[in-house]
Amino acid sequence: MTPVRSVLVQATSTVDRPEVPPASTKSRSFRRAFADVREAWAHRELWGHLGWQDIKQRYRRSVIGPLWITISMATTALALGLLYSTLLGTPIDTFLPYVTVGFIIWNFILGCVIEGTDVFIVNEGLIKHLPAPITIHVMRMVWRQVLFLLHNLVVYVIVLAIFFTALDKPYQMTPNGPMNPGLSWEIVLAIPGLVLLALNAVWVALLFGVISTRFRDIPPVVNSFINLVFFMTPIVWDASILTKVTGGGDMGWRMLVAELNPVYHFVEIVRAPLLGHTVDWHHWAIVGGFTVVGWFAALVILRNYRARVSYWV
Amino acid sequence: MVSIDVWNASVDFPIFDAKSRSLKKLALGKVGGKIGSEGRVPIIEALHDISLSLKEGSRVGLVGHNGAGKSTLLRLLAGIYEPTRGHSRIIGKVAPVFDLGVGMDPEISGYENIMIRGLYLGMTRKQMEARVDDISAFTELGDYLQMPLRTYSTGMRVRLALGVVTSINPEILLLDEGIGAVDAAFMAKARDRLKDLVARSGLLVFANHSDEFLAEFCDTAIWMDEGHVKMHGDLREVLTAYKGYDPFERMHMPHEAPVLSGNGGE
Repeated sequence: MTPVRSVLVQATSTVDRPEVPPASTKSRSFRRAFADVREAWAHRELWGHLGWQDIKQRYRRSVIGPLWITISMATTALALGLLYSTLLGTPIDTFLPYVTVGFIIWNFILGCVIEGTDVFIVNEGLIKHLPAPITIHVMRMVWRQVLFLLHNLVVYVIVLAIFFTALDKPYQMTPNGPMNPGLSWEIVLAIPGLVLLALNAVWVALLFGVISTRFRDIPPVVNSFINLVFFMTPIVWDASILTKVTGGGDMGWRMLVAELNPVYHFVEIVRAPLLGHTVDWHHWAIVGGFTVVGWFAALVILRNYRARVSYWV
Repeated sequence: MVSIDVWNASVDFPIFDAKSRSLKKLALGKVGGKIGSEGRVPIIEALHDISLSLKEGSRVGLVGHNGAGKSTLLRLLAGIYEPTRGHSRIIGKVAPVFDLGVGMDPEISGYENIMIRGLYLGMTRKQMEARVDDISAFTELGDYLQMPLRTYSTGMRVRLALGVVTSINPEILLLDEGIGAVDAAFMAKARDRLKDLVARSGLLVFANHSDEFLAEFCDTAIWMDEGHVKMHGDLREVLTAYKGYDPFERMHMPHEAPVLSGNGGE
């Protein structure tokens, strides 16, 4: 074939085409970052459907299907509750609900962090073939985790029904522990708590998802450290133990083990209302702070690297 | 008003191997004296300095050798890749058909797949429900639509994907090559639907090696070569320059062509 000189015959009219690209075409702008999140929200029918599909998919050929999610949570909560109430010498009727709720919330956080780090990596095919806001993949993942959480909350309802008499009046988790006021109208605070949790899950997945897509070491690092976080967080043990071992009324540095762990505050805003514990507003303030700072960081990452994700996957 | 405008756009792919994609390498790299690892990552320039302006009513064929950047250009026009340098502006609802398999889940039924693909292409659930019967009639899959997709043959999957794509109303339709693998009788039917689809869509870019197809659907063409637009103009002129002869002289009647993907191009 003979080489042909490059000829540019503009066949289509160029009348309305600005000579210089308009400023709105800039890839790196907060406007585009916000638009990505907004369009993802507009596509909620899509990720809503896909999130359900993911769950149905996982249990497609099993007889009892998604009920397995509930059963496995019930088994784990029962085993952990029995074991640790014996080890720590705490009454089972208040400790089992405590472990159950803590573990349900932890499972949600764990799922969002682990799956959040590779949310774009696993969706490579879709990202490269269909133009869609990248936040859609995050929303699908978080929605799937929310559905898991709702399945697990069935276990909470059962446990609550069994131990209701122990929880509906003031009670102590441990003989010398702080007095909990018992279940009250404050239980509805769990709903804004869960909403905040999900809202934070989205920024965590956006932020870590984008970074992990570029640096593939992040997912294994997160995977290996997340177990440590579980043991450091008051889930199978009660935070009041920390003050007890220091002796005296002094909070002591040991309390910092829990207070410096952000996961503790996220667990607490949902767990306290569900169990009739004292609702401590400093947890809400800290979670609120994380929500604002986290979303800001995620939007900055989205602004700068949103368009790079399809190149990196 | 549907349009695609591209100003001096380049698409460069960074190629990270397992090592250079790690934090360790980045940290050690700074010790070495050269700050910023991006410069050391090998880059493939897939598209170079592309300027295009496509308006409503454009019917553009895309030709070029393998690796010339046709698929990358289609992804740029779809908005999947935003240019690493330069600018692009896409106005309109894009329906890309690059790989018929993507977005298809082998474990779920044909019906479910129709629904999901439709949602991905920007339809609502209601709109798709209204179209399911039409798609099922067109694909002739009948009761098979209840079966999981993994039981389908390749040809049946293509039928399903074509059924979904041709039932929507895209403003910008981007078709990559590789719509083959269906029998001749079905192809004749699909052709009519594709024609309808093209007529409905505001803007078409179609990468294909088959002269018959290009002649039927397009009036202008872009010749891609090594990431550049080598020529952009009237379909016949571009094809003549690209192939070295005038393909329209020996053109068959379009409907005699057995399959969509010809083996032209060389």
